[in-house]
Amino acid sequence: MNPLRTTRALVASATAVVLALGSASLARAAVPADHSDDGRITIGIKFDQPGIGLKTPDGTYTGFDVDVATYVAKQLGHDPSDIVWKEAKSADREAMLQRGDVDFIAASYSINDERAKKVDFAGPYLLAHQDVLIRADDESIKKPSDLNDKKLCSVTGSTSAQNVKEKIAPDAQLQEYGGYSECLTGLENGVIDALTTDDSILAGYAAQDEFKGEFKLGGFELSNENYGIGVQKGSDLKDRINTALEKMVADGSWQAAVDKNFGPAGYRNEPAPKIGVVVE
Amino acid sequence: MRRATGDEPATVLYDVPGPRARRRNLLWTLLFLLALGAVVWWVTAGLAAKDQLTADKWKPFFTDARVWETYLLPALRNTVVAAALAMVLALPLGALLGIARLSDHRLPRAAAGAVVEFFRAIPVLILMLFANAAYAEFTAVGPETRPLYAVVTGLVLYNASVLAEVVRAGILALPAGQTDAAKAIGMRKGQTMAYVLLPQSVTAMLPALVSQLVVIVKDTALGGAMLGFAELLASVRPMSANYGANTIACFTVVAVLFVLLNLALTTLASRLERRLRRGRRSTGAVVGADAVEDLAAPGPDAPPGRD
Amino acid sequence: MFDFLEGYDLLGAFWVTVQLTFWSALGSLLWGTLLAAMRVGPVPLMRGFASAYVGIVRNIPLTVIIVFTSLGLFQTLGISLGADRFTTINFRLAVLGLTAYTSAFVCEALRSGINTVPLGQVEAARALGLSFPQTLRLIVLPQAFRSVVGPLANVLIALTKNTTVAAAIGVAEAALLMREMIENEAQLILISAIFAFGFLCLTLPTGLLLGRLARKAAVKR
Repeated sequence: MNPLRTTRALVASATAVVLALGSASLARAAVPADHSDDGRITIGIKFDQPGIGLKTPDGTYTGFDVDVATYVAKQLGHDPSDIVWKEAKSADREAMLQRGDVDFIAASYSINDERAKKVDFAGPYLLAHQDVLIRADDESIKKPSDLNDKKLCSVTGSTSAQNVKEKIAPDAQLQEYGGYSECLTGLENGVIDALTTDDSILAGYAAQDEFKGEFKLGGFELSNENYGIGVQKGSDLKDRINTALEKMVADGSWQAAVDKNFGPAGYRNEPAPKIGVVVE
Repeated sequence: MRRATGDEPATVLYDVPGPRARRRNLLWTLLFLLALGAVVWWVTAGLAAKDQLTADKWKPFFTDARVWETYLLPALRNTVVAAALAMVLALPLGALLGIARLSDHRLPRAAAGAVVEFFRAIPVLILMLFANAAYAEFTAVGPETRPLYAVVTGLVLYNASVLAEVVRAGILALPAGQTDAAKAIGMRKGQTMAYVLLPQSVTAMLPALVSQLVVIVKDTALGGAMLGFAELLASVRPMSANYGANTIACFTVVAVLFVLLNLALTTLASRLERRLRRGRRSTGAVVGADAVEDLAAPGPDAPPGRD
Repeated sequence: MFDFLEGYDLLGAFWVTVQLTFWSALGSLLWGTLLAAMRVGPVPLMRGFASAYVGIVRNIPLTVIIVFTSLGLFQTLGISLGADRFTTINFRLAVLGLTAYTSAFVCEALRSGINTVPLGQVEAARALGLSFPQTLRLIVLPQAFRSVVGPLANVLIALTKNTTVAAAIGVAEAALLMREMIENEAQLILISAIFAFGFLCLTLPTGLLLGRLARKAAVKR
């Protein structure tokens, strides 16, 4: 092959790809971004939190957020088969709603003032608290103040991690990782004494088969996390989702979902929160 | 700089080893082997002591096909698609920027220089975040494909800037006589570039180009962190959440996949490189047999000498 | 517009980034040179080791390497690098990981530099009876380094930006602060722009300065 021909071939193929990409984006422009007309609904959830939102090896999704979202979608007139699940990374949640990538987000999404400026929240549908997960045989952590000389772990930059540094245990050593799984490896190895985040997430991990009897929850209520369903600012979905959530609590589906997803971990859940009441 | 002398792959950096040097080399080899073995043993023992080598943690990858079907293979496909698109777009853009930096005119030279320095200086992840926001704001690219577009855009902007430097260095490394000769036979600047300089410098640049292509493959992993682009590294999260936090196993499997992918890429490129070089010899240039060996030896990975 | 910046220690975070870059650059220069020496040296096994090292390390995403220093070296094998607080341990682990990764690129840059040293130089050295380490130390490397200032500058710029990966094991550098701010303020793009500017301030002068140095240092042949 001669180099000149190679260069030309490269240029030609590059041009072809640019053209193909360009036409693809033009073709896409004709298709409306939302699926409201074909009965489909796009919902943002977590893909990596057992008990909350988890993508299983079957390619299906399980967890409390998934159950709540499925129920709400049903009330909005969408069958489970019409739901398109989309991963909502914590950093990207507000932007996803603002851009209209998803119809709503149920992804361990705590309501707070800064977020409420950008998006609207339906719910809350669960009152969680920051808590710790410790080894089942660890008797040295009985109350929050015991944490001060311990080694804690949480996800990089998360609210839980910041709470530890500023309020809960400023003297404790804090290890931050990209995900909870790395913390659990440390907890198993004995390098970490406690994994701290919302008790709902911790309960999901403790309930996994692999960890049966290995870990326990501390039961400390270190903060109030009001999980809401995020929708676009000013969306009429908010009221309809609130109605759906009220019905979910009334007909017992809510309690059933809590028992199913958090039950095995011995998680003492709060009663269903009142719609529109955020516990500070 | 290597010279093949018989069966010993000797370089001019040291004499062909005599009996004493051979003994010394053997001693070093043994010592090194011992040290290496000790490290391997210690790591394995450490992992085993902390229950990281138990079957539970590794078994899903070997006995459960769903791990591959649900997490790894779709993620691998996304990684390959994003990397391939980024390569195909970054190469011509990089060449264009590199040539513009060599222009005789001040304006294109300054403009290309500014673009290159700017995009080289910003972390690729942040470029991807900007691209994602820009696509959402100004185009009709749907939410399904937007992360891919954003990842590719970020990669192209950054890598085109780096490739521009590679191209510039490659062209500058050519003997000045080439340009003079082209001028002498009446070629214009564009012709000189297209028919004389660029084709010759491609072979010289190949190692550095391949090095950069490997960087592209690895940098696709940045798209998983915040944009929700489901690439290979991001598949660690749902996998380790499902199989009892087997993080070490998950990361190892993903690392092995990345190494295999990149090795395939570099092997392919070095084969292409050899063909290009052979092509050049057959066009009449006189290149001795030693020198061909010499050129092929450095492998597909060395960056360019200097600019 | 920028009042939300109050209460965040931006300068402190970027100072950690600078420190990470400095120590990792120093480490990878040393280890990378050693690798390059092994790779062109007379012991076949060391040659094999160095090329295998470069081949593997260069092909693994940095995130995986950094996470392994914490999960593997620290958690599992108990290497704490002489510190007992997480903050110090993680910082040192990150420097170790960045060094392990970057030195592969330093080695490759140096090797191409070694290839630019004229044969006559080395033959003259050998004719004088210099041993391999002496030839390398006194004749080859000084010339090789001068010709690879440019490529090494690129490696340094990449390293500066790569320090952001240290956030994966909780080193409190710029990227970690960026994540905290995004979590609290819900201002993804504005915050990204601020940090992009910060990195621009770090890497642009480095690039320009070293670019000038490269032109000065290059051996005219």
